[in-house]
Amino acid sequence: MASIQDIQNDIIEEFDMFEEWMEKYEHIIELGKTLPLIDAQYKKEEHIIKGCQSQVWLHAEFQNGNVIYTADSDAIMTKGIIALLVRTFSNQQPSKIVNANTDFIDQIGLKEQLSPTRANGLLSMVKQMKLYALAFQSKNTNAC
Amino acid sequence: MLNIAKIRAQFPALHQEVHGHPLVYLDNGATTQKPQAVIDAIQQYYAEQNSNIHRGVHYLSQLATDAYEASRTCIQKHLNAQHSHEIIFTRGITEAINLVAHGFRSVLKIGDEIIVSTIEHHSNIVPWQMACDATGAKLQIIPMDENGALKMDAFHALLSEKTKLVAVNHISNALGTINPIKEMIDAAHQVGAAILIDGAQAAPHLSIDVQELDADFYCISGHKMYAPTGIGALYGKEKWLNKIPPYQGGGEMIATVSFEETTYADLPHKFEAGTPNIAGGVAFKTAIDWLNEIGLENIAQYESKLLQYASERLSEIDGFRLIGNAPQKAGVISFMINDLHPYDIGMILDKLGIAVRTGHHCAQPVMDAFCIPGTVRASLAIYNTKDDVDRLVEGVKKAKSMLS
Ligand SMILES: Cc1ncc(COP(=O)(O)O)c(C=O)c1O
Repeated sequence: MASIQDIQNDIIEEFDMFEEWMEKYEHIIELGKTLPLIDAQYKKEEHIIKGCQSQVWLHAEFQNGNVIYTADSDAIMTKGIIALLVRTFSNQQPSKIVNANTDFIDQIGLKEQLSPTRANGLLSMVKQMKLYALAFQSKNTNAC
Repeated sequence: MLNIAKIRAQFPALHQEVHGHPLVYLDNGATTQKPQAVIDAIQQYYAEQNSNIHRGVHYLSQLATDAYEASRTCIQKHLNAQHSHEIIFTRGITEAINLVAHGFRSVLKIGDEIIVSTIEHHSNIVPWQMACDATGAKLQIIPMDENGALKMDAFHALLSEKTKLVAVNHISNALGTINPIKEMIDAAHQVGAAILIDGAQAAPHLSIDVQELDADFYCISGHKMYAPTGIGALYGKEKWLNKIPPYQGGGEMIATVSFEETTYADLPHKFEAGTPNIAGGVAFKTAIDWLNEIGLENIAQYESKLLQYASERLSEIDGFRLIGNAPQKAGVISFMINDLHPYDIGMILDKLGIAVRTGHHCAQPVMDAFCIPGTVRASLAIYNTKDDVDRLVEGVKKAKSMLS
């Protein structure tokens, strides 16, 4: 499995191809459409992260030492960004996730998507992803 | 005929590019841009008159006090209130409503009722919920029909001798519905209830006569009517303002203070604790004078034609769903495109230099009633043109093709 850093570098490279915001947005929208939907059983109140504008559902599982995330949103642009976040963080070790950053979102020119004023739930989602990782990490060490 | 180009030219903020496109500003329901005259008034106040009001014996303090009080008189005339002490300066509508809702805690008892409507802004819901929680009074809700008009039968049925106060907006910010407030005021008075009108969205578009309406309270917000942010006004009938206790304690609002007893100042100062937004107050007058120079009748006429045009143009778009189609509407067009998320549309419009509001517009119960996550809302001001509308229509088409 590629490291978080490698995946983020790939994404940056991928977005380098686009010169215009419109192409970028179209790509994000495409990613949003292809995001594997969260299992219906997890699309419930307790997995919801409420933004003022759009909302996000996030679920995490621990499998073979890695965290597996699935997520969804009611807004397609938000979903596209989620697809990127899931791609970088999912299937990684908890300690790696806890220490990773999301600077790549800035670097692909979508900084405003993770801004607190957007109120789209994404910032809280990143926080929640890390909290899950942290929880799995401590569970894991306790078990050992 | 109004010369819109000339009016538009007075708004510096409108003349800029956003993401490489000339700005189209259609978020006036949230706040309007400010004409140069208002910007100048703020600057002039600080450059020439700045001083604390109602306190100093010195020259500047007198100047500032006079300017601030002139604004109060201007608002009194503008709303046709009987007395200038019936005008209380506030931060805006939110503070005005909180002031009244807080005061009503001394009036309300267990079993009393307050009536609000489904189509209120959160600021005309939450303060009443808090007052109900504190007193054991009950909140009753006027439902709306599928067009976003209030169900008046239901309203009349809710009124009873238990009703102590009715709080409704004059025009809904989420849907643009103009409520039949005269009928509502009269009906509330029939059962002996007071009534508060949230005029946030009405004051920029309509002329208001509080005596003719016979409203007990009427709130306006400066920033939605070309004045600065952080200044608004509460009109209250003298008898009510005398009856309810002060909202905040502090300087300015007292007559005498000792540790045994403090007596409160007369109206309006009883409700104006602390140093207010003096510059905002002064510039509020400038904005109202500016509005009156154009004439609210002219404004209403022009905007209503533009709203008509916007509705027609937008409905050309396949999948356009107008949210809120009450017979009487002003200022606002709220819509969806098929089931596309308003947030997605708004983000693409932003990239095209078009400012609209997306989301629930602080009116979640309305969106819940329509079973939608929110709407795209274009809200008009006097400086908007058909060109703005055309750009919006093009932008929405573009967003639709990108998102579908
Ligand atoms: C109908 C309505 N009521 C109240 C408010 C809140 O006003 P203010 O910003 O002055 O507190 C708004 C503003 O969005 C509004 O549209």
